[in-house]
Amino acid sequence: MTSRDQQEPRLAGDLAVWLIICAEMLAFAILFLSYAVARALDVEAFNASQATLDLHSGAINTVLLISGSWCVVRAVHAVRNDAQRLGVRWLAAGLLCGAGFLLFKSLEFSDKFAQGLDLSTNTFYMFYFLLTGFHFLHVIVAMVFLGILWVRTWQGHYGAHDVHALESGAAFWHMVDLLWIILFPLVYVMR
Amino acid sequence: MFQHPSNRIFVFLLLATAVTFWLGESGAAGSAGWAPVLVMFGLAATKAYWVIADFMEIRHAPALWRRLLAGWLVVVVGGILLAYAVSLRG
Repeated sequence: MTSRDQQEPRLAGDLAVWLIICAEMLAFAILFLSYAVARALDVEAFNASQATLDLHSGAINTVLLISGSWCVVRAVHAVRNDAQRLGVRWLAAGLLCGAGFLLFKSLEFSDKFAQGLDLSTNTFYMFYFLLTGFHFLHVIVAMVFLGILWVRTWQGHYGAHDVHALESGAAFWHMVDLLWIILFPLVYVMR
Repeated sequence: MFQHPSNRIFVFLLLATAVTFWLGESGAAGSAGWAPVLVMFGLAATKAYWVIADFMEIRHAPALWRRLLAGWLVVVVGGILLAYAVSLRG
């Protein structure tokens, strides 16, 4: 049993940030379930539209978000142990993964727009752009948080004495990864 | 490599993603009925659980938060599978 297991139960991060995370997760849960129901009502049309998606791009983006999440876990761990320089490098790696995600997703969106596909094309594409676009905006917000935390960690504001803000930003970052973990099989793979 | 617990989880997340990708790429996800979809969402639920429990550190949070996040996962994955079952009947 580790020392953390023996401690009193504790929510890592700020309660207000966790309430925002819950609200976002509730919104995405409604979207996921709405997509699943709409698909059940028109399976053939959804499968035909889904076949036009780039599975490789979806998988690469999954790997980028998972890697970004892992980097941020390592960053929080490093800063908790007063290894701020190491924490800064892990946070930078997490930011790079996020930037890679935004790049690949932007290319995917531009490809779809170039083909004349948009929110009004059909129900599948309405959900596709709504789900992935909403998620894309969350990645941007998470990157802004992480960028601020990267600068403040580099300036030495966080360490074993205080990781509260870093934990809050990390929790939001992981939520973005968590949502994509459901979104990828649901929208890109399930047929 | 596996000294830090998050490294093991990271490797699992990558392997599970590779399996999900293979199910889509091979066409298995659309031709073999329930089994590939169960595997895919079983892996997605396991991945999501590890992220919630260990990356978001909910494992160390008060019981209310653990139940809330686990409940979210059960409702979302359960709802998706229920809708999939309905689509097979239709």
